[in-house]
Amino acid sequence: MIISVCVGSSCHLKGSYDVIEGFKKAIEESGVGDKITLQASFCLGHCAEGVTAKVDDEFITGLNGDNVGQIFKERILPSVL
Amino acid sequence: MNKFDTKIQELKYEVLKELIRSAYNGDMDDIYTDIPKKIVPGPKATMRCCIYKERAILQERIRMAKGGNKSDPNVIEVIDEACDECPIGGIYVTPACRGCLNHMCYHVCPKGAITVVNNKPIIDKDKCIECGKCVQACPYNAIIHQQRPCMMSCKVKAISMNEDKKARIDFSKCIMCGACVYQCPFGAIQDKSYILDCIDLLKKSEGGAKYKVHAVIAPAIVSQFKYAAIEQVITGIKMLGFHQVTEAALGADIVLYHEAEEFKEKGVMTTSCCPSFVMFVEKNFPELRQYISSSNSPMVEAAKLIKRTDPTAKVVFIGPCTSKKMEFRMPKTDGAVDCVISFEELQAFLDARDVDVTALEGTPLDNASYYGRIFAKSCGIAQGIKAVGESMGVTGINPIAMSGIDQCRVNLLKLKMGKSAENFFEGMACDGGCINGALCLHHGMKNMIDVDKYGQSAKEKNIDGSVKLYKMSLQAEDDRNSN
Repeated sequence: MIISVCVGSSCHLKGSYDVIEGFKKAIEESGVGDKITLQASFCLGHCAEGVTAKVDDEFITGLNGDNVGQIFKERILPSVL
Repeated sequence: MNKFDTKIQELKYEVLKELIRSAYNGDMDDIYTDIPKKIVPGPKATMRCCIYKERAILQERIRMAKGGNKSDPNVIEVIDEACDECPIGGIYVTPACRGCLNHMCYHVCPKGAITVVNNKPIIDKDKCIECGKCVQACPYNAIIHQQRPCMMSCKVKAISMNEDKKARIDFSKCIMCGACVYQCPFGAIQDKSYILDCIDLLKKSEGGAKYKVHAVIAPAIVSQFKYAAIEQVITGIKMLGFHQVTEAALGADIVLYHEAEEFKEKGVMTTSCCPSFVMFVEKNFPELRQYISSSNSPMVEAAKLIKRTDPTAKVVFIGPCTSKKMEFRMPKTDGAVDCVISFEELQAFLDARDVDVTALEGTPLDNASYYGRIFAKSCGIAQGIKAVGESMGVTGINPIAMSGIDQCRVNLLKLKMGKSAENFFEGMACDGGCINGALCLHHGMKNMIDVDKYGQSAKEKNIDGSVKLYKMSLQAEDDRNSN
């Protein structure tokens, strides 16, 4: 699975780097590092909807450093386990 | 507010604007007849001896806007028709000479080139070395140094004149800084434009369906487009068909990281962000080549980062610089950048497409740190490397900022002689740095303040975030290659 976190200007201002750190931590804690590639993307086209990530072909918007762990567990982790 | 500083910039802009319109209308057959007539409708000439000469010169400007002479490796060319064959009289005594009794001119001449007849100086051209001491000494400013502006602007002495008195550029000496492009008052020396290649990239992307075209913008943008907010300009660039605008300053952050690391090994180094400065070192101080930073330039680093995240992406750099137009085609940059256009060309592009940026809502621009952004001015890298070095535990960096080729030459000579107190040499070919680049819309030292403000407004106060992003992109590329 590939998770692309938007690092375009809008998302960056809203905390892309915190989201990336959050994903890194969540992936590490769940022990699924070998199944997920975390990468960056310059603009996923959802600039007005908070930090966005593309998980395979699905977009998740409104991410931030606080909710990323929870969202990972609920919406991403089940599909890789 | 004027969009440009000079009439020549305006002329170049008019030509580019019409050419871009023709390219989008699919009507390129008659450009060499239609565009000159549109810009010079006649019947009276306003610039040269007649409208036919004016139009002939405009045809040459169209040729340059279309990429110029493909067999000439230089990105800068002389337009013979436009060259006014300026006199190069050297030191010249004007009628303002009062025939005084002191003859300061005579006394200061180190070569005995002046004789005084009837209390007026006569200069022996064979002895005169054009040092200018008599020019400075005359209390009536009656002695002038008559030089060609192009030759005066060229600090590497690459410009001479041929037997027809037309300017000629020696490619083996030229460092493509563009000083002559901006300084020639007749606009007879011009940079080649790759705007049609840029339009081609955008058209063939089919609105981003085939591939995405990213714009990478130089931090000197901050002192341009003064009639609008940067954010509005960014929206305008996206309306031209670019997927996203990213700061070259993000690449500058990565360059700082690399250069601090490299300093640990080298102990003495010169920077690599200004391609004209690098060429200056290579062509004039080959013995110092070992000290040139092995880092990519910020433009290339930013482009590579984008392409690691999006392997089919195309990257167009937009900046103030003539020599970036050379750099992106050099083998050492691995084709990281697909095209380079200037701020002047961007202005023409926006207007040709009827994009009025002042009427647009803003789009944020924020990718880089404070330090990456201040690369646009002289001292920026010096400031950055010291702070970044300290944060990375690299000690002993003692930087000096050199801007303008004269400053670079003096300090590199010291380095060559082993007499430098400093060990990190920031070099920029343009006086004051990129904010005074040849292809800026506006030039001037006050732009320094804009750069500082722009730097301070960055979300990231240090390069840590940019370096993490860089490392992540390398990892993603490794993963992709191993799968």
